[in-house]
Amino acid sequence: MISQTELESAVKAEGETAVVYAGDYLNKITGEQIERECKRRLSDGCKKLIVNFSQTEIVNSIGVSILLGVIDSASNTGARVVFTDVKDETAELFDMLGLTRHVTLEKNKPAPLTAETLSAG
Amino acid sequence: MKIQDFKSPNLKRLSEDKSKLIHTFGALAELGQEVANKNSFQETIRTSLHLLLGALAIMRGGVARFSRFEHELYMVAARGLGDDFPLSLTLCYEDERQFLANGLYPMEAAQATVLPFFQIYGHSIEKTKIELAVPLVISDEIVGTLFLGEKASGEHYSSYDKEIISAMGRHIAVAIAQRNMLAELERRADENRKLYDDLRMTYKDTVKAFAAAIDCKDKYTEGHSVRVGKYTEIIGEELGWGTDEIEGAAVAGYLHDVGKLTVERKIINAPYRINAKESAELNRHPSVGYEILSPIHHPYADVPLAAKYHHERLDGNGYPDGLYDREIPFIAKMVNLADSFDAMTTDRPYKRRRPAHEVFEDLQRNSGKQFAPEIVNAFFRGMLKELTGESKERRFRRLLGREYMEADGIVPMLKQTLNQMSATSSLTFISMD
Repeated sequence: MISQTELESAVKAEGETAVVYAGDYLNKITGEQIERECKRRLSDGCKKLIVNFSQTEIVNSIGVSILLGVIDSASNTGARVVFTDVKDETAELFDMLGLTRHVTLEKNKPAPLTAETLSAG
Repeated sequence: MKIQDFKSPNLKRLSEDKSKLIHTFGALAELGQEVANKNSFQETIRTSLHLLLGALAIMRGGVARFSRFEHELYMVAARGLGDDFPLSLTLCYEDERQFLANGLYPMEAAQATVLPFFQIYGHSIEKTKIELAVPLVISDEIVGTLFLGEKASGEHYSSYDKEIISAMGRHIAVAIAQRNMLAELERRADENRKLYDDLRMTYKDTVKAFAAAIDCKDKYTEGHSVRVGKYTEIIGEELGWGTDEIEGAAVAGYLHDVGKLTVERKIINAPYRINAKESAELNRHPSVGYEILSPIHHPYADVPLAAKYHHERLDGNGYPDGLYDREIPFIAKMVNLADSFDAMTTDRPYKRRRPAHEVFEDLQRNSGKQFAPEIVNAFFRGMLKELTGESKERRFRRLLGREYMEADGIVPMLKQTLNQMSATSSLTFISMD
């Protein structure tokens, strides 16, 4: 189980943008909680979902499945999914599995959520 | 090495294949571990589905468990199938035959439309973009089915993908088969438990019927065996015995006089003090009772011994064998006290029942001679608990009548008796407040 505090720091949102800090949560069944939180944000009107992989060393099959769930939900609501700070090996995996067909990969860490960046999103 | 380092498409392909292998084998290894773990069935299946979908980046899918009794597939885990996909799907004979023939090999939904299953559920399958149905077969038995949607890459499933799916499907099938086996064991254990309970009830009813038959012979002591059973039960409870032992004690009480069935009714019902010859015949009833009860396989120990020795006394003056204290089975000592107490507290053809204070004095006086002190003590304790309200039971009041039990001075007398008995033994004193 991911505690409420952990969940709150893993998914942050402002306006129509939400940032998900994937960490290692995605690679376990507990990742479903992150997925549910993302779905909640999407149904609340989130239009851009940024998944940040800066703290994620590897993504296993459970992680891929959770991400597919997030992608599916986003596509149902018409939201855009962006992966940032993805390690090369992980980017290679996403590319090979076809996830990159559904998301945008951004190399650099996004600027902190500010009024300007959010309005630009 | 990084993908951008490769210039040649062939080398890039090789690297991709290697990464794919590592990724899928990782998933396969994790799946094996998950199935071997003792997590809950639901969690195992949910995790297995994640691993399978994630291994090949399949957008949506589900795992259904097959009920061979109902010929239904019940969804146990699903991802991305939405509300349109049925929670249960029926398989007909032709479907089952084809599923079995396919074994664990994936069936292309688009090519399986000839089967009734794909005709009936065609709309749901199409709407949720299910591309593959994978029968989960173990030891020639269908245990479930996997439903898999399109791949994230948009590519068709390759034969390599299908091999991976079969391998992973086998693990999931094992998990379901294990669960089925466990459920079957639980069902059988439950059936056995019910059967045992039924047998036990039948036994108890038979014992009660016997007790009633014994008591019918003696119009003056109607209900005697049942009361002795109840008193013996109370003693067992006070001694801190377990449920089965208490039940056994009650049965011993119910059946202690079974030998009286062979004694002539006129002797049992004689409205006078019987003569020596009649007394000799009457005194045969413990041994006869033992003979009747011995061949029966009782679920509780010592029931026949309780019948045989319930007229023995600690001082060796009892019958039929004149045993002394430690030679007498404990259960027989319990029944002896319960039997004597009931004899003293019910009207007999030749004398009225005795007042409570006299009975207590008698039991106390004969404690250590006829009765085992710890049993007398336990019996008095049980009675005192009811009279002081410490116990909510109303058994003594029901068996002896409210007036008899609530006569003035009974509670202080019981407390005093218990304290006097404690003074001569290592038993605990009772507060006189």
